[in-house]
Amino acid sequence: MSVMEAKSISIVFGGLKAVTNFDLKLGKGELVGLIGPNGAGKTTVFNMLTGVYSPTSGDIVLNTSREGHNYKSIIKLKPYQITQSGVARTFQNIRLFKDLSVLDNVRIAFHFNVKYNALQGILRTTAFYNEEDEITEKARDLLKIFNLQDKEKELAKNLPYGEQRKLEITRALATNPKVLLLDEPAAGMNPQETHDLMNLISFIRNKFDLTILLIEHDMSLVMGICERIVVLDYGQTIAVGTPEQISKDPKVIKAYLGEGV
Amino acid sequence: MKKNRIFNTITLLSASVIVFIVLAALLFTGIIDEYNGQLLTLAGIYIIVSLSLNLITGFTGQLSLGQAGFMSIGAYSSAIAMMNFHLPLVVSIIIGGLVTAVFGLLIGFPTLRLRGDYLAITTLGFGEIIRVIMVNLETYTGGAAGLKGIPSFSDTGDFLKDSIIKFSWVYVFVIITIVIVNNLINSSPGRAIVSIREDEIAANSMGINVSYYKIFSFTMSAFLAGIGGALYAVYFGYLNPVMFWFLTSVNFVVIVVLGGMGSITGTILAGVGFTYIQEWLRFFKDFRLVIFGLALIIVMLFWPRGLMGTNEFSIVKFVRKYIRKEHEGGSSKPSKIKGVK
Amino acid sequence: MNFMQEFGQQMVNGIALGSVYALIALGYTMVYGIVKLINFAHGDILMVGAFAGFFVLTANGQDPSKISNPLMLVLAFIIAMAVSALFGVIIEKTCYKPLRKAPKINLLITAIGVSIVLENGARVIPWIGPNPKQFPVLKDIPIIDGISQMIKAQTGVFISPVQILSFIIAILLMLMLFYIVNFTKTGKAMRAASYDMGAAQLMGINVDNIISVTFAIGAALAAAAGILFALNYPQVEPYMGIMPGLKAFVAAVLGGIGSIPGAMLGGFIMGIAETLTKGFISSKLADAVAFGILIIILVIKPSGILGKNTREKV
Repeated sequence: MSVMEAKSISIVFGGLKAVTNFDLKLGKGELVGLIGPNGAGKTTVFNMLTGVYSPTSGDIVLNTSREGHNYKSIIKLKPYQITQSGVARTFQNIRLFKDLSVLDNVRIAFHFNVKYNALQGILRTTAFYNEEDEITEKARDLLKIFNLQDKEKELAKNLPYGEQRKLEITRALATNPKVLLLDEPAAGMNPQETHDLMNLISFIRNKFDLTILLIEHDMSLVMGICERIVVLDYGQTIAVGTPEQISKDPKVIKAYLGEGV
Repeated sequence: MKKNRIFNTITLLSASVIVFIVLAALLFTGIIDEYNGQLLTLAGIYIIVSLSLNLITGFTGQLSLGQAGFMSIGAYSSAIAMMNFHLPLVVSIIIGGLVTAVFGLLIGFPTLRLRGDYLAITTLGFGEIIRVIMVNLETYTGGAAGLKGIPSFSDTGDFLKDSIIKFSWVYVFVIITIVIVNNLINSSPGRAIVSIREDEIAANSMGINVSYYKIFSFTMSAFLAGIGGALYAVYFGYLNPVMFWFLTSVNFVVIVVLGGMGSITGTILAGVGFTYIQEWLRFFKDFRLVIFGLALIIVMLFWPRGLMGTNEFSIVKFVRKYIRKEHEGGSSKPSKIKGVK
Repeated sequence: MNFMQEFGQQMVNGIALGSVYALIALGYTMVYGIVKLINFAHGDILMVGAFAGFFVLTANGQDPSKISNPLMLVLAFIIAMAVSALFGVIIEKTCYKPLRKAPKINLLITAIGVSIVLENGARVIPWIGPNPKQFPVLKDIPIIDGISQMIKAQTGVFISPVQILSFIIAILLMLMLFYIVNFTKTGKAMRAASYDMGAAQLMGINVDNIISVTFAIGAALAAAAGILFALNYPQVEPYMGIMPGLKAFVAAVLGGIGSIPGAMLGGFIMGIAETLTKGFISSKLADAVAFGILIIILVIKPSGILGKNTREKV
């Protein structure tokens, strides 16, 4: 049973075909890696899946029921609607709310599930206090998973790079997603941090019942935790398979290392 | 938790009452004379409009150069409500706010697509269009000649009494505005608003309907500016479109930046400071504006984050700290004795 | 006069006014293109230029009521442009340069501060003062008068000597600017800096100098526009730069701020819109119409008519 499907999506930027006929089926609970050389179109795929760009052709559907088959097209939806439908993401070039506290960064992601309205907020009704307490607690629980609980008052911009990446994942989790898209979560981390992150990603997948698609340059990370890998080059899928299959695939080796190897 | 809430509310309530009583008593005893009373009242109105601008510019991150336009809609609509429809003062002021909010909503939609400087020039344009319309709607606004005879807050003939009543009216509205802006910003919808300032794309990806909250913020900002405008109309008893041209909008931008973008307490301090500085500069006659301009440049060069940055001065925290110190002071004695032993 | 003639007349007025707006808008757009600053003081630089021209034209024993010596007019343009350029560079070096990395709103307020200082500084300087001063009229210059009469006889549309001068000066200056920007080394550096200041710096371009040159050119163009304005009214006063400055700014945004052809196009649109409104609708509504056009165009095309739509990289 698939949770999300991209059906032959393509996008053209001013005549340049950035991604052509990209297909992807994300099975429930799967952890899939999306790899490819620089400029292959990986982030563009993410941007299409999350509504930042709308594909020139093709369709993206999301299974809205947890168990059954109830697919809806999300291609016309705005990014915030897609997030509300259960697809969350992180960004390659970190996009935290820099001048806000770590806690507020996470609490903002809870916002669309908050039931009290602005008027109740201004009048400070009981509903306001109860829900604020609730989301603050939930946010702290999430921060604990990523070992950020002691830094909740710090401004996001003052965190070290690795922790900023972690905070982004925490924030994405706070939207309560079914599908999590991670754009180079280990970029800029050292091998030890990368290793810890790998464990963490596996852990949250099980704990939150997630389906994860991740873009990564760090091969050890991708090979280590992904069940399935999709390889993009020049906007086209050149290989799909298990890590072993991919590592032996001549087309992949050629794409990464060039001819004559 | 609940105890804290009650404590906070009581602290804030008593702080605002105490400030009011002190200022009213100073006015009553003549320690603050009527002239200064008038100035404080005017400062209150500036604070309301500046807070409305801070909401849209400091918290939502959308630079508006048309706040005086909103103010004028509030001013004229409340004046018309009082003079043509003979509605009571409070009702008219609130009508001023609501009418302006409707305009804020209408103006909010087309500006959704614009950002940065384009938005700034568009809001400036709206402000100027509103001014030209006010000049041309002579039947209701008196046109360029102005609108005279707007009923005052209090007209007993006793200057002292009048100025205290005027001050009290504005003071109440200032407190209400502070509460609205502060409580809004420190709630979930408020955080959604601030996230737009921080990073629109990320906010969108966190499930926040950015367009909705931009419009919401615009409407709210217009409402408060309209209230400020209505108070302004009653305060002066006279209106003229020239009072609301684009340099008036600039004044509010200056107050917000001087106080610190995104700081409520900063805006309050800067609002009072700005009003007084403008008055003091009158002594310099023709050089007044030259000095004002130079001061602006110097402050921006050497003090770019304004008085407060994005920080706030919290009365609750201040009181807490004080009480805790007392408490700690009390408890530290026994331990000292222990140490001696 | 029939409708077509009336319309033609208003179009001519509009194009003449528009060419002056275009000159001012060029300064806004060039500065914005490089330092991303809305230079609010630009309109006041225009005033500075107009006064410089005024002092040249009324100096030592000339007839203060009219200009009859074309050479003095040329001299007035040159000196005014030089004075304004100097002002532009000094303001940039002292007020804007230290804030280059500060938030944009700080820069904007500084520019407003500079504008307030220039306007009110002029009011307190004894040689200038707050009251409007009569500007010498353009009269009895045979070539220009001749052209004006010839056009009147041929088409029935009256083009005043000042309007003819506006066309000539505006076209001349725009051609010069076109040459500088496209065919000189400085122009190439300017284009590079406006495309990517950081990269330009890495390529060995002295960005500080380029910014100064940009301010100087923008200010010089504003000074020329200032004299043309003063000739038209004909008077000069410290606040004279505010409205033309604002409208030229609107013109720059309308055309797509940062785009030189956009500023010219925007200037002409603003000029024509203003005179047509004054001629056929109501002179009181002219300003509202100008801003109305701005808003409509921006809502349809948020980056202006010729502006590039930049997509933020995600």
